[in-house]
Amino acid sequence: MPETIPVDSVGLVTPQVAHFDEPLVLACGQTLPNYQLIYETYGQLNADASNAVLICHALSGDHHAAGYHSMEDKKPGWWDTAIGPGKPIDTNTFFVISLNNLGGCCGSTGPTTVNPATGNVWGAEFPMVTVEDWVETQARLADRFGIKQFAAIVGGSLGGMQVLEWSIRYPDRLRGAAIIASAPKLSTQNIAFNEVARQSIRRDPEFHGGNYQSHDTIPTNGLGLARMLGHITYLSDDSMGNKFGRQMRHDTYQYNYEVEFEVESYLRYQGEAFTKRFDANTYMLMTKALDYFDPAAREGGDLAKVLSKAQCEFLLVSFTTDWRFSPERSEEIVDALIRSGKHVSYTKIEAIEGHDAFLFPIPRYMAALRGFLGRAAKHLPKENA
Amino acid sequence: MRADLELISDWVAPNTRVLDLGCGNGALLSHLSEHKNVTGYGLEIDAENINVCIEKGIPVLEQDIDEGLKNFENQSFDVVIMAHALQQFRRPDLLLDEMLRIGKEAIITFPNFGHWRNRVHLGIKGHMPVSEFLPYNWYDTPNIHFCTFKDFRDLCQSKGLKVQRWAAVDGQLRDHWWTRLMPNLFSETAIFKVSR
Repeated sequence: MPETIPVDSVGLVTPQVAHFDEPLVLACGQTLPNYQLIYETYGQLNADASNAVLICHALSGDHHAAGYHSMEDKKPGWWDTAIGPGKPIDTNTFFVISLNNLGGCCGSTGPTTVNPATGNVWGAEFPMVTVEDWVETQARLADRFGIKQFAAIVGGSLGGMQVLEWSIRYPDRLRGAAIIASAPKLSTQNIAFNEVARQSIRRDPEFHGGNYQSHDTIPTNGLGLARMLGHITYLSDDSMGNKFGRQMRHDTYQYNYEVEFEVESYLRYQGEAFTKRFDANTYMLMTKALDYFDPAAREGGDLAKVLSKAQCEFLLVSFTTDWRFSPERSEEIVDALIRSGKHVSYTKIEAIEGHDAFLFPIPRYMAALRGFLGRAAKHLPKENA
Repeated sequence: MRADLELISDWVAPNTRVLDLGCGNGALLSHLSEHKNVTGYGLEIDAENINVCIEKGIPVLEQDIDEGLKNFENQSFDVVIMAHALQQFRRPDLLLDEMLRIGKEAIITFPNFGHWRNRVHLGIKGHMPVSEFLPYNWYDTPNIHFCTFKDFRDLCQSKGLKVQRWAAVDGQLRDHWWTRLMPNLFSETAIFKVSR
């Protein structure tokens, strides 16, 4: 609980909801006749709506990126370290929008909301959504604010994929793209991890084919397991080692299956805590969105060709110990941007935290982000040459 | 801007695509982009320099040149530049090959180890030269492959490279009749533009 709001915090924020009645044709072929998106904004939109920054969230993120909802909150939003007055994404300069993506479980239309056609919660019936669909809905949200062009769009991991898609789909609607700890598509190993996560949810007897809500239950075991697995892949071997080593619960081995090592307790806690805040169907949807994303496939695997449409300046950031989205994956994007002659900078940050590093305020990383956004602040919309 | 960078920028044609190996704080690329409409990228490994480039909007890539340049396609740049760094790499000869694989031309500047003051230092005092411009001791110097003006010219010759242009300049990067006449003895910095 913050006893007082820190001076570099955006302070108390209230989420807003935008309703959309224009039907949305999804990549999977289904159409959503209407939907809503929950979002938060920080800072002031300027007169010509040129100072907007969009934050795209990752797998388990949401719209609450910065500030507090109430003085009782234990923690601020998930990226409070980067967003606020005087912070790298400076709300004294920028108008920041952060939304919960379609299919999410934090207030945007998704598996936990009611399907108006049936009057029941969507549950397993909620259609698959893709990164492309998200960008489409984000663009519609931008229209509501009269934002023709974002100063920058920023995202890590799955969020970075959305930024990449923006640069291809709406090249004239952003001046800067900050793609952090991301990849142009998932590797086989990544898809495999996602499949294990999904299977652990689906095989939970409480899953009920995804309609667990109508059975008044939650597949906590499956979702918890999925999160435990995911969590391991977000950390590095070194960071886990430093944190827990072989630290034990008792002085001697107990020779049973209760918690022997502290890391076991930590993972169980992480898994369980996650089931209290996240929906299993949404988790499955998000992992599928990750799996399906592959913009290069539109041009026979030629990422440079797809990216030739892009007009914005790019910043790519990777972290040395990230093995879920390794530096090499970011470099694939960098190399494609070089091949297509785009304005790109790339920095590989020394960090012990693994994939999770993108959420930490590592000084070098924050300075790069600050520098890049500083450029976006100065830059006026580019003329097409 | 460092004077050798000024000199290099005179040697780069307008509207070209440049790769600057070891771009530092991006001064050269910034100058080239402003005055010659040159586009390109700088490679750098120093964190502070990288962030300065990002701040200034100079496209900079964090990449260790010693680990290779394979990600750059053949003949994908007009000019590949390496200012005052060739002597710091494990295999300058192979690096030169790489520069000319990636670029149509390469511009290289390096400190001429054959300069008379170095010779005096080594020949008379019997010590590895330490100067204002090369302020390192033999054990902590990043300059692991010093060469002379002649050595580099010979390397180009043995590789069958065309030396399109060269300059031999003093510590203030001015050229004189004597640095031109006896570059190996009188120039402190050598500048070469080579191609295949």
